Amino acid sequence: MKRPPIYGLMAEFDTPEEVVTAARKTHEAGYKKIDAYSPFPIEELAEAIGFHHNGVPLVVLVGGLLGCFSGFLLQWWINTISYPVNIGGRPHNSWPAFIPVTFEMTILFAGIFAVFGMLALNGLPMPYHPVFNMERFAFASRDRFFLIIFATDAKYDSGGTRQFLEGLKPHSISEVPS
Amino acid sequence: MPQPTETEQGRAPVIEPGHTFASITDKISAIVLTRPVSWGWIVGFAISFLVMQGLLFGAGYLFVKGVGIWGVNIPIGWGFAIVNFVWWIGIGHAGTLISAILLLLRQQWRNSINRFAEAMTLFAVACAGIFPLLHLGRPWLFYWLFPYPNTMNYWPQFRSPLVWDVFAVSTYGTISLLFWYVGLVPDLATLRDRAQNKALKIIYGMLAMGWRGSARHWHRYETAYLLLAGLATPLVLSVHTVVSFDFAIGIVPGWHTTIFPPYFVAGAIYSGFAMVLVLAIPIRKFYGVEDLITERHLENSAMVMLATGWIVAYGYAMEAFMNWYGGSPYENYLRWNRLHGPYAPWYYLLLFCNILVPQVLWIRKFRTKPLWLFLVSLDVLVGMWLERFIIVVVSLHRDFLTSSWGMYYPTRWDWAIFLGTIGLFASAMFLFIRILPMISIFELRTLLPEAKTGGPTQEAEA
Repeated sequence: MKRPPIYGLMAEFDTPEEVVTAARKTHEAGYKKIDAYSPFPIEELAEAIGFHHNGVPLVVLVGGLLGCFSGFLLQWWINTISYPVNIGGRPHNSWPAFIPVTFEMTILFAGIFAVFGMLALNGLPMPYHPVFNMERFAFASRDRFFLIIFATDAKYDSGGTRQFLEGLKPHSISEVPS
Repeated sequence: MPQPTETEQGRAPVIEPGHTFASITDKISAIVLTRPVSWGWIVGFAISFLVMQGLLFGAGYLFVKGVGIWGVNIPIGWGFAIVNFVWWIGIGHAGTLISAILLLLRQQWRNSINRFAEAMTLFAVACAGIFPLLHLGRPWLFYWLFPYPNTMNYWPQFRSPLVWDVFAVSTYGTISLLFWYVGLVPDLATLRDRAQNKALKIIYGMLAMGWRGSARHWHRYETAYLLLAGLATPLVLSVHTVVSFDFAIGIVPGWHTTIFPPYFVAGAIYSGFAMVLVLAIPIRKFYGVEDLITERHLENSAMVMLATGWIVAYGYAMEAFMNWYGGSPYENYLRWNRLHGPYAPWYYLLLFCNILVPQVLWIRKFRTKPLWLFLVSLDVLVGMWLERFIIVVVSLHRDFLTSSWGMYYPTRWDWAIFLGTIGLFASAMFLFIRILPMISIFELRTLLPEAKTGGPTQEAEA
């Protein structure tokens, strides 16, 4: 597919309330391919653009289970099959003694999956992104709030969409080149 | 959500009024990006770096000659190495407590001190990890500790708490690093966008991995951060529990006791908050961030110290009581030996530092006056080091057979390596406050009243 020359239309807002209201109205108006940018996490903003659930908890659960079972199986296999040592008649599979390492492996795998899973789901690392083409976007990491409607959205047409965004009373509107 | 910036019952606010998103961002990023390097920083870093050479030379000489350069010998085979290991790892625990447990408890005042407390954790764990490795005797074979297929057809003994410790400490180090880095990513993006210098822009840009603050990203980020906090909370408790198992699983009088895990964890947090204050008090003064790290933070940390100090005091009392009440002559002798033996002066100094002096924190003036609090914190750090010394050395030096009693005298190399790790810790902290934002910028933004989005959106819905 040929990429359109315009990546999207970006509106800039002064306060978190404004961007949340605008995002909600945009979503309600039927725009689906939208995103918002803020210098700190705003729970309502994700809700407003229609993003309710993310896959991170499932990834962490999988990681935790993987760590738990591999940690225990490793110790079980070593002590019963690969290298069984009889110490004072204790059973080879003396599982209570294996719990601390099993626990640590659970935490280790769950933690690693949480971090790298979150980054992977976010598509990071991605040093270049079209939104960085906009000079004002540097303030998205300081005190400004942005809302973008992507050009790939079904309802997108440059004139009408701009008019719609103007109705949301933003600080400014600009086209993001692709 | 309650407004943390408002004064509650006349207490100092978490952030002084008058700050905006922009002013917080600019103030903290300016420390890294535009503030000139001061003479104070250069001299401080130079001294730390010099002290660190003790570690370099000590460890180098140890590689050549072996652990015989230390004062360790039978019966005291653990000596300074394990004392310092437990002390450092305990200090690290306050960082995780602040960043994870206080996050789950919604203690919003943590947001201005969690970043450098996490850095403190990381550097303290690095210092701690050095000691057991050097203590191995043949430190270059440290990888034998890990289970990996090898030509010796041999595996670690998983029933030993020393192997549990390897897993606990390496997991703790890894998770602390990940937690710290994940917290840094949005602030690194801020630095990337603020930096004027091309090279800095590229370096911070690479480290920020292209973070752009998308609402979807934040949503996943918040979930991952919360889950990490939930994972780090039992982890931090387990780490010092496992460290205490190194002692408690053994049968040596004074070690073989069930109170060790909670008492070690409380002691860890006690010394860790003392270190947080020892770092925070000069940093907030010299970098002029008294409006972000306020009296409130000092007072809260002091109160945590007071509370954990009492848990530690309870631990001492119960230890002594059980030694007597348990009826074992060896345990009872240990109690006598602590109070009247050759190391008794150190035991009394420990009680003085850890129990007596911190009681001044009941008085508000000592909790809010930085200089006094700084001195009390130093005193607690000394006290907690002495506690580990008493546990390791006094228990080992006179156990069951009088024929195998002995004394422990640290050598100059023991001291050089111990002080060297303090130098390493301080050097790393000096570098950290210059090259990374030492206060979490994005988490401070969420504390401002402007960050609230409740009212107008609900109107829009209606």
